[in-house]
Amino acid sequence: MTETAGLSIDSVQQQLLAPSGLGINELERVLASIMQHNVDYADLYFQASRFESWTLEDGIVTDGVHSVERGVGARAVSGEKSGFAYSDEIALPALQEAATAARAIARQGQEKQIKAWTRTAGHRLYLPTDPLSSLGDRAKIELLEMVDREARKLDPRVKQVIASLAGGDDTILLLASDGTHAADVRPLVRLNVTVIVEQDGRREQGNSGGGCRRDYHYFIDEARALGYTREAVRQALVNLEAQDAPAGTMQVVLGSGWPGVLLHEAIGHGLEGDFNRKGTSAFSGRVGERVASDLCTVVDDGTLAQRRGSLNIDDEGVPTENTVLIEKGVLKGYMQDKLNARLMGVASTGNGRRESYAHLPMPRMTNTYMLPGPHAPEEIIASVKNGLYAVNFGGGQVDITSGKFVFSASEAYMIENGKVTFPVKGATLIGSGPDVLQRVTMVGDDLALDAGVGTCGKEGQSVPVGVGQPTLLIDGLTVGGTNV
Amino acid sequence: MSRRDIAKAQAGLESVAEQVLQLAKERGATAAEVALSEESGLSVNVRLGEVETIEFNKDKGIGVTVYFGQRKGTASTADFSRAALNDAVRAACSIATFTADDPYTGLADADRMATEIPDLDLNYPWDVTPEMAIELATACEDAARSYDEQISNSEGASLSSHEGTRVYANSHGFIGGYSTTRHSMSCSVIAEDKNGMQRDYWYSVARDRSDLESAFEIGNKSAARTLQRLGGRRLETSKVPVLFAADVAGSLISHMISAIRGGNLYRKSSFLLDKLGEQIFPDFVHIHEKPHMKKVLGSAPYDSEGVATYARDLVRDGVLQGYVLDSYAARKLKMESTANSGGVHNVLIEAGELDQQGLLREMGNGLLVTELLGMGVNTVTGDYSRGAAGFWVENGVIAYPVDEITIASNLSDMFMQLQAVGNDIDYRGNIKCGSLLVDAMTIAGT
Repeated sequence: MTETAGLSIDSVQQQLLAPSGLGINELERVLASIMQHNVDYADLYFQASRFESWTLEDGIVTDGVHSVERGVGARAVSGEKSGFAYSDEIALPALQEAATAARAIARQGQEKQIKAWTRTAGHRLYLPTDPLSSLGDRAKIELLEMVDREARKLDPRVKQVIASLAGGDDTILLLASDGTHAADVRPLVRLNVTVIVEQDGRREQGNSGGGCRRDYHYFIDEARALGYTREAVRQALVNLEAQDAPAGTMQVVLGSGWPGVLLHEAIGHGLEGDFNRKGTSAFSGRVGERVASDLCTVVDDGTLAQRRGSLNIDDEGVPTENTVLIEKGVLKGYMQDKLNARLMGVASTGNGRRESYAHLPMPRMTNTYMLPGPHAPEEIIASVKNGLYAVNFGGGQVDITSGKFVFSASEAYMIENGKVTFPVKGATLIGSGPDVLQRVTMVGDDLALDAGVGTCGKEGQSVPVGVGQPTLLIDGLTVGGTNV
Repeated sequence: MSRRDIAKAQAGLESVAEQVLQLAKERGATAAEVALSEESGLSVNVRLGEVETIEFNKDKGIGVTVYFGQRKGTASTADFSRAALNDAVRAACSIATFTADDPYTGLADADRMATEIPDLDLNYPWDVTPEMAIELATACEDAARSYDEQISNSEGASLSSHEGTRVYANSHGFIGGYSTTRHSMSCSVIAEDKNGMQRDYWYSVARDRSDLESAFEIGNKSAARTLQRLGGRRLETSKVPVLFAADVAGSLISHMISAIRGGNLYRKSSFLLDKLGEQIFPDFVHIHEKPHMKKVLGSAPYDSEGVATYARDLVRDGVLQGYVLDSYAARKLKMESTANSGGVHNVLIEAGELDQQGLLREMGNGLLVTELLGMGVNTVTGDYSRGAAGFWVENGVIAYPVDEITIASNLSDMFMQLQAVGNDIDYRGNIKCGSLLVDAMTIAGT
């Protein structure tokens, strides 16, 4: 491991500001210029990121990409209004120009004071390590070549292997009129494996991968890269045998781990503060009501060490929290950023996130998962007479307002008389968010989090997230197969 | 921006491009290519009659790819300073010392470079101030909110206007650039009845703001679409004909495009593998690519490798006429580039005889789909299973709204079982398609 000492705000400040000769005094004056207008809150978000990716196909690494990005975003908030401008130059004139554009959201008025700077002590969930230099470029390529060899060795039906290794870090500095002075360095790495298998003219694919806020050694430790490879090949071979999926409403057992994307789509988005402040979510105004069976306790937890969805501080400088969304079936609260928290008269839950300096923050999930229940997974499957057992999923989507959500299985089996019988093709599952968790009749004792591959999109902004759950039985969910 | 400012912006980017190619050459690259862009714009969102956000966008970027013989490396940065350009070129060159020899890699062939760059009439700058934008978005949302008293809430109306300049250059000596604009207005409102809330939206997008639908029209359409969805019911699980409304039908054609894209073909991960010259649709289906349509969003004079774009048939009489290839995929497949590096440029499905009303009558009883949810499309196998909302149709007439169902089939079958193409073409997207009537799909519901 090449992890260095913990983070200091001073070193981040040095890295982001020193090249342009900016200091905290200049930034304070820029913030003060925004506060000359009728503004409740203003912030400056500085960011420098580096990213690389290496891709293997047809047995060779043919492509490598390296990118750097830096910039600063200036935001002014007045009531429900936000003014926002940004610059890809970190320099005083560009910053002043952005501040002037952002403050135009409100008229000139009584200048408000900026509160005294308070340095936020964020969590230490991950260290400011440098993923890019944690492994030599030759070794990165060898890792991908090993994945390719392993996949082809596992089964002669493997015809194509596409593997990619990606890593990077985000260094951020935040200064806000409420006195927030915070910084973070966020490493993130990811390895993905896709295989195509062929048998008697039929082709299928399998995907696997993982990642976290560490460096590339994560994939070498515990032979994780080989584990993903075996998993991708296994899935693809299962799909070669898959028959048409059933169509209709039936009992559905969801496996542990990544199938937690159910929670992300069915209830997670609907519990984000912005939709609830505006009354546009199917969950609006329902705190204190029963929205799930009493077996269900669901949290959004940004404080898990090294997880892909975790953050030492959110993008508004607030330390992330473990927020209980649903406790024993009852809706407890929403995920909040500063703007929505202030307007709803609650505290931020550390869920204010943005894709980059060039995007406005909004309430977003971190790692969303359900706590374990009393049942053994085998017991859950054995209880089903005729249903679907879905263990792997692609993405999902939700209509916040109607509450209708979908998520698409990529590996599923039929359950007949309490036994898993044969694999069926991937199918989309559809349900209604406020309804689906009320139908959860068994919850497993096998809570697992996903392997670290989730990316969530909202209003055109992508952020890394995590999901998880134990094995669940849903007594009636619509399965969108072709077999009537 | 005035014409002179645009020329100046383009000249500025061209000079950066030349610097980058020179830096690559100095480092010993045998070939190099560089793409640059600069964009600025304004977006406002108005909700419940009040401004919600004003965002000023200003982005630029540069991507450079270097080749050392058959080895390749790529880097990008948003910083155009000499030092940053040098860093980017160095990073790309460093990567190229590690990547493998790939016989298929390299610039597109020199004889395919666009020799003249037609003016496709893509640049209509609009000096819209935040005040004007707010006024228009407010009018749009007002139209929606006053449309009917069941419109109970709003996600707001947005107006955005962007202009940008792009330059591409490579060591064949190709250098080209052009400027484009993009203006859009959208509105999304919520209606409520005893069954709950429903939301829908409408948008308009154009190169020239005078081609945008009016704020009033956009607001009205968004409200009408939202109201229609109130009281959505589920359907029983069954097999029925499905009519995809024009604004969602384009997605079916985009799945076809994805399946004939070079990368999916040489990876053998396409349900349309080896289908060139074969019947994939009924013989009344004709699909064209028209990259030089004037004033249109998907138009481009050359692709992202400098290859001159050209009009062609993708499907004629239902038979697949060509793939969607960049130079890399073309070499791997022992074919020629189709000028599709970076994607397709204006795909048009030829209109049939009937409008949507006519198609509903033709369908008789079935499902009209107006919204699709999720990503349940498998390009390897063609298996298709997505969430849907729309309307149940009886005897050619809309009977009631439907939601919380899925529709499923296999794309190969759906294409071959296409019954009719509508003449109600939606020109907003890169794929311009009318409503599509598919013979039978499985509905999963109650």
